[in-house]
Amino acid sequence: MKIVVTVKQVPDPNSNLTLEADNTISREKEVVLDPGDECGVEEGLQLKEAHGGEVILVSMGPERAKDAIRKGLSMGADRGVLITDPSLAGADALLTARVLAAAIKKEEPDLVICATESYDGSTGMVPPMLAELLGFPQLTFAKKVEIDGSTVKVHRQTADGYQVVEAATPALITVTAAIAEPRYASLKGIMAARSKEIKEVAAGDLGVEKGRPAETIEGVVDAESRKAGEVIQDDGNAVEKIVQVLAAAKVL
Amino acid sequence: MAAILVYAELSEGKVATTSLELMAKARELGDVYAVALGSGAKDAAATLGKHGAKAVHINEDSVFDDYIAEPATDALASLVESEKPDLILFGFTSDSREVAGRLAARLGVGLISNAGDVTAKDGGFVAKVPYFGGAKVASMKANAKPAIVLVRPKSFEASEKGGTAEVKQLDVKVAEGSRRAHITERVAEASEKIKLEEARVVISGGRGMGGPQNFPLLEDLASALGGAVGASRAVVDAGWVPYSMQVGQTGKSVRPGVYIAVGISGAMQHTVGMKTSKVIIAINKDAEAPIMKMADLGVVGDAMKIVPALTAAVKAKKTK
Repeated sequence: MKIVVTVKQVPDPNSNLTLEADNTISREKEVVLDPGDECGVEEGLQLKEAHGGEVILVSMGPERAKDAIRKGLSMGADRGVLITDPSLAGADALLTARVLAAAIKKEEPDLVICATESYDGSTGMVPPMLAELLGFPQLTFAKKVEIDGSTVKVHRQTADGYQVVEAATPALITVTAAIAEPRYASLKGIMAARSKEIKEVAAGDLGVEKGRPAETIEGVVDAESRKAGEVIQDDGNAVEKIVQVLAAAKVL
Repeated sequence: MAAILVYAELSEGKVATTSLELMAKARELGDVYAVALGSGAKDAAATLGKHGAKAVHINEDSVFDDYIAEPATDALASLVESEKPDLILFGFTSDSREVAGRLAARLGVGLISNAGDVTAKDGGFVAKVPYFGGAKVASMKANAKPAIVLVRPKSFEASEKGGTAEVKQLDVKVAEGSRRAHITERVAEASEKIKLEEARVVISGGRGMGGPQNFPLLEDLASALGGAVGASRAVVDAGWVPYSMQVGQTGKSVRPGVYIAVGISGAMQHTVGMKTSKVIIAINKDAEAPIMKMADLGVVGDAMKIVPALTAAVKAKKTK
């Protein structure tokens, strides 16, 4: 089974974002493989271990996004593809999906695994767009995946339980972090990853037209923020203070 | 007048609250049409009429209930062709966003997601979207026609202001090729507890709770206060508690009288789902955590000690 996992390099979720002078988000921050994608890589590896095949990581990003791919390769993925092109900086969801779709089509995978959404954008729009552009069914919010021959079956997380969803491959699935605990890369894995292939592809090689972005930012203003209230150090009086606030809010 | 199409999401045959919220906003923007697909669509049309839809395109075929996204995408694509809406509004919910994503890709128009507001401007539409970790708000102008905007739940107040919608049967041939991601079973993991979205007090736990073994402390406080327990994405992702408890951008939006954030740093992912709570109390060992800058009362201390003591104090006050 040929499995493609989409991966993205994101600012470390444990760090605070900073702004550049022109109001764009600073890209100088520490960057990591998106933690959601780590779960996708792990699920891909487990499916490969159970059913055989190959796990290919596909990413779009600047040159240094290779580090994110390398992380996945050190976990055990077989090879990587990085679409990197200055013209793609600031790409919106549709352009991202078009670029990824063009690169993934060349691989002719049986299964594409995406995280439900990225940690930085969190909009979750790329996976359904990608499924549409690939012409694949989408099985989403999977917290469990089973493969039986050419059928993929997932438990799809819902607000009050889950649904069992089935489709024939090729298919695209999105996985939640509940799917699998990502493994740590072993020293052997890290060494092996150094010699694994990461193929660099330019946007032009894929024949994707940049086109007009779906939206234009007209302006950016500070969000209406709540004013900070009182901050107290608990020296034994915190409970009393909280009780007062609860009483004032008429919930006690 | 601009033609506004609202995608009415049906949940067990009823119109989702989020869709009715969209109707309230859509009425301000132009002539409102809605589309309802699957079992209950006909009844939904009556509800949507009361909320201001002039016409509702319906199709009750169960294919819309049983297959993910693709049949609905087929139906919407044919509706876009015949009705040529200027704007299509979707709720930013898991079911709607999958349809919206596929539709945008099929039409090649892109979309704006996670919007908190939409306004008409210069014959087009501008959406307000949280930006830069939520510290800022960007005004995004939609360049495509139709413009597709996904709006966060609880962004608007639903209200009945309308009459009777004309019901139009939407004839759509769902291709065999669109009957693929098949929902074969629905499993409810029932809960007897107060619903998060409806609770007047919500107590949420984050990484600072130390582990799933400490969540019963929050349950105890919630039951003493008659509230519900929520969680941050980080602990849901870590598998400590189920997704149904997640509050935030990709979880539930809540607006209780009092929100108590315990061991939650306050990343945008979380705060967009709770910042409109009337009163926010934060308990965190880190005085610099972002949540402290938005809380009405921030307590710097050890939650493992404060929460049980608070539960005892609440119980004592109630029995007085």
